Order: sequence, then structure tokens, then C-alpha cells
Amino acid sequence: MTVSRDNSLAVYQGIKDSGVRFLSALPETWLIYLLQLADDDPDMTLIEVAKEEEAIGLAAGAYFAGKPNILLMQNHGFLAALNGVVSLAMLYRVPLCMLIALRGHWGEPYPWHTQGGIYTEPVLRGLGLPFEYARDPATVGRQIKEAVTFAHSSLSPVALLLTRELMED
Amino acid sequence: MKRADCLKALYPELHERLVVTIMGACAQELYDLGHRENFFYLEHAMGLASSIGLGLALNAPDEKVVVLDGDGSVLMNLGGLATLARYRPRNLTHLIFDNGSLLSTGGFASHTTAGLTDLAAIAKGAGCPNVCLVTSVYDFMAAAAEAFENTTLTTIVAKVEAVGPDHYGMDLALPENAFRFRRHIVQKQGSKGAGKPG
Repeated sequence: MTVSRDNSLAVYQGIKDSGVRFLSALPETWLIYLLQLADDDPDMTLIEVAKEEEAIGLAAGAYFAGKPNILLMQNHGFLAALNGVVSLAMLYRVPLCMLIALRGHWGEPYPWHTQGGIYTEPVLRGLGLPFEYARDPATVGRQIKEAVTFAHSSLSPVALLLTRELMED
Repeated sequence: MKRADCLKALYPELHERLVVTIMGACAQELYDLGHRENFFYLEHAMGLASSIGLGLALNAPDEKVVVLDGDGSVLMNLGGLATLARYRPRNLTHLIFDNGSLLSTGGFASHTTAGLTDLAAIAKGAGCPNVCLVTSVYDFMAAAAEAFENTTLTTIVAKVEAVGPDHYGMDLALPENAFRFRRHIVQKQGSKGAGKPG
């Protein structure tokens, strides 16, 4: 299995169409083409963090400056960022639009990803954090735009889970 | 040197800057000097004040950003120093008050207490381009004045006593602080896209 270049482009186009021009990310395999596209795009600012919780702070700073933004991370990074999600974003009503690579789920060959994959949805539900699964390149753009809109109208973190179906060929 | 004395001396210089402060004693001491709409108090999520500052500095390049940090918070986000160094915003000053204590959460000794962990050395090692260590209010203000004048990411580690206010409390709900801080910045920028996601 390889990362889907075409579907990564569909995701990136969705980000562009949403109006977002500021991304923060922790690089991971499924995000490789997305990050390359962002890096090559003079209209996009991409900040790569050392740990995903930093990206929650970056998103808050960008939001305070009036700039809509998106966070790209793996689900394990989301789990590592939870205190920032709860005690910055939720506590202060800061919108977050997180695109999360859902590793360790259906079809996952690597054992090390599996526990994080299994617990991602229960954690999202436990937090009451609105989420959707993105599976189809034809609709992912709309889902991204709607995620950005909903994060801002609800002043809440929202998550779009990028599935294997979407991210791998 | 007391952090409260540093903040008192610094306060008049903060009026035109966007200030992000960490929780607890530091936040309270700043608030007690007089709240301003350009102050954001991060009362939890320890470590993320510098990350908020980076997000602000990059997205509001015409503003001057000041982050008031502490040893306990910095130790929770050492990677953030490396991220700051990598993107080195020209409009950010990072003030780290090192009191060697987790003062606001019980006064436990922090890793810097015995002098083994050197935050200035860590910041330098992370790649922060302009780092200094100060131990007097005079040197603190001299370093801050220089940082506010230059266009280089500056990190100032100020060694202070582990003392704080005798009271805690603000007449400012946390989301209210966030809403007003954002409104202040967006209005100042005259950003037409403010409040709209796209």
C-alpha cells in the first residue's frame, strides 16, 4: 500500500477552497504529499511542530489574529495533544479544525498503531468533540470546508478523520 | 529579584504589545497591575504560552508579541523552544521567569532549582538566536528594552525569587478574555475577514 497522491491533492484542494492559509503539522507518512503541497505553495504558511500539543497553541494564536487555520496530525498526536485541546481550546472556546490521520484501524498491518487507532473514536466521543470520517476524495473537500465552518460557528474543536480508504491507494 | 518588580517595571512598555502570560502567580501579578485588552492569560495548558505567541507573531506580523513564561511551563514544552528557533519570528520576545519552583501548583522544586538545568543554555541549544540571562531588575529592563528595539527573536531568562501574590482571582471569565483579546487584535488590524471562517 502506498499513500495516495491523487487523494492527497483532493484533501489539499479542500484546504485551499476552505480559505485556510495557515497550517500547523507534525509530519507523518500519510501526510507526506499534503505537506509537500503546502511547502511548495507560496500562498500557504506551514509550521511543523515538535509535538502536536504545540499546534493547539499555534492554532489559538492564529485564531486570535483573525486567521482561520487547520491542524494536520496523526491520531496518536491528537492523543498527545489532549490537554491543549481540553484546557486551551475547550476552556477558552477556541475553534480548532483538526485533520487527523486515522492510523491503527481497519486494515492496519502494524501492531504499534492499533491501540491508538482503537481508542481514537471513543476518546473523541468522550470529549463530545464533533467528528466525521473522510473516506471519499469526491466529498472530502466539502467535509473540510464544513469542518472549518462548524469549528468557528460552534467555537469548538472539530475533527475530520482521514481514513485508510482515502489516504492509501 | 522578584517577578512582580520586573512586571511592574515592564508594564508601561506592554501597552502597545500583545501579551500572552502563563497561569497562576505571573498572570495574577500582571492582572493586578491593571488589565488591558491586549493581555491574554493562559490559566492552564502549561507550556503553550510560547506556542500561542508564535501563532500570533506569524499571523499578526505588524504586532509586537511578548510571552511571559516560567520555568515549569517551559519545561513542559521544551520542543516549543526548537519550533520557535526554527521559525524565529522577528516580532516575538520570550521572557522566562525562572523561580526554580512550581509555585502556583504547590511550591514544589522545579528541575532548575539546584542550578543543574540551565534554561538559557537549553534555549541556545534549541537554536534560539538571541538569549540572555539576567538577575537584576535593571538588567532585565535593559535586556527587554533591547529586545523590543531589535528585530530578532529574543529569549530572556530572568532568575527570580519563588514568591507570588497573596491572593488569586480575576473579574474576567476565561472565554471572555479570549473573545476580547481576539476582538482587540482584529479591530486593530482592521481585518476584513475577521469572524468569518473562509
